[in-house]
Amino acid sequence: MTDVMRVLKPGVFTTVQDLGRPNAVSAGVPTGGAMDRFAHRAANLLAGNEEGAATLECTLSAPHLQAVHSCLVALAGADFDPQVNGRPAPMWTGIFLSEGDELAFAGRRSGGRAYIAIAGGIAGDRWLGSLSTYMLVARGGMHGRQLLAGDVIAVAGGPLAPAISGRHLADRLRPDYHDHALPSIAGPHVRRLDAGGRKVLFGSPFKISRDADRMGYRLEGPVLDAPGEELLSFGLTAGAIQVPRSGQPILLMADHQTAGGYPVVAVVAGAAMPVAAQLLPGDEVSFTEVSVEAALRIRAAQRAALDSLIS
Amino acid sequence: MPAPRSTTRVRTHPLGDAALLAELGTRLDTALNTRAIALAAALKKRRDVRQAIAGYASVTVHFDPDQTTHDALTAAIKRLVTKRPPMAEPGRLHRIPVVYDGPDMDAVGAALGLSANEIVTLHTRPIYRVFLVGFVPGWGYLGPLPEELELPRRHVPRTRVPAGSVAIAGRQTGIYPLSTPGGWHLIGRTSVKLFLPDSDPPCLFRAGDRVKFFAAQS
Repeated sequence: MTDVMRVLKPGVFTTVQDLGRPNAVSAGVPTGGAMDRFAHRAANLLAGNEEGAATLECTLSAPHLQAVHSCLVALAGADFDPQVNGRPAPMWTGIFLSEGDELAFAGRRSGGRAYIAIAGGIAGDRWLGSLSTYMLVARGGMHGRQLLAGDVIAVAGGPLAPAISGRHLADRLRPDYHDHALPSIAGPHVRRLDAGGRKVLFGSPFKISRDADRMGYRLEGPVLDAPGEELLSFGLTAGAIQVPRSGQPILLMADHQTAGGYPVVAVVAGAAMPVAAQLLPGDEVSFTEVSVEAALRIRAAQRAALDSLIS
Repeated sequence: MPAPRSTTRVRTHPLGDAALLAELGTRLDTALNTRAIALAAALKKRRDVRQAIAGYASVTVHFDPDQTTHDALTAAIKRLVTKRPPMAEPGRLHRIPVVYDGPDMDAVGAALGLSANEIVTLHTRPIYRVFLVGFVPGWGYLGPLPEELELPRRHVPRTRVPAGSVAIAGRQTGIYPLSTPGGWHLIGRTSVKLFLPDSDPPCLFRAGDRVKFFAAQS
């Protein structure tokens, strides 16, 4: 382990995340992990890491960090106007920092969650097989909590040498975070909606309410009526759009409850979840119905973009 | 006459592009739940399956779309459910002491026309089954609850229910493992810890376990 960064300012809500803990679900613990897995994976690859190494997920704003050891970093996801020693620094690019360099962010320009990867992979508490921070039980990552000023970030080991600084993901290979029409697949209970309701679901704009966090987003706007017998609880997935009795849909995100009994009328395509992860309260969102095959084609294109970074 | 096993129906629905929901039925039923747990266990052994979660009467399967398709996995599930399920071993029995002094005891008694003693007698009578673990860490959906105790959920959920609260709703009962919001009726509390993050496994209950409550003094 090598200490690489000191946290001068922590940002609004910065946590350590990796690709989560899929095997914890039998204990009722969500898989969790990075909300925008494309940005998380890309940042790691740009920093020369495995895709599953831990990164910092920075919500709404990013921390002000000072390198205490030379290191290679990469920033991906939301654009919070990154700067190194006060000069603009590129996103989606491996950047070399010397000891004493400061990485700061001038302010949010677009998106909701930025990812910082550091060569070697960020170290932290491993809980149920993952470094991901899970706030509900205060485990994983930086002692189960968000970053605080004064924290020191260490890397687990591995390549600290700046051999691949300057590696870059081309513009055209990045997700279009401004396109908030999320391709989505009809869910198991879509037939509970009448024809009008289905039209509203796949077409009308909704708004992300203030009740939006890593567990899920409550949506405002049209009310959906999905009547029928109460369902027996079943296993859920991130991206599921649930309709509770109130009719205000809920989009489940990374730390979603593992089981529930509300009708699931649609599921956002896996490849569109990075865009969903960038949404903030007040943002508009809509759902475009696509087939499973179409969703898999988008997934393959996204995978090819990441593969372009693997040398 | 009960249907022969070979006609066990299963319906699958896409749950996005990398998961599906396999429904074995729509009834709260121990036999269906046993089959769901067995199906999830069989599916977990497949290389193309990342995760299989048994629900009350369903299995949610997360798969690798590079290795399989919804249709191929559906065919495999149909084959698996026609097989005779392995003899379900009786789940472990947990005996849980409960102090029946919950804040909703009076309201539950009034709604059902039962005295506090009658509620305790009814609630401690069955051996409940853990139908599934989920919702929040450590939560077990227990049932079936005696019909005499059946009540819809509270109209207004509480924003905070203390950990260890014993609650009822519909034909179900459960224990809040953590301090979370909740809409069930609180009839008691237990000192048994359902979720210990640093234990292995962290969760006391497993799907298929059995639970017997008994009245304890505070």
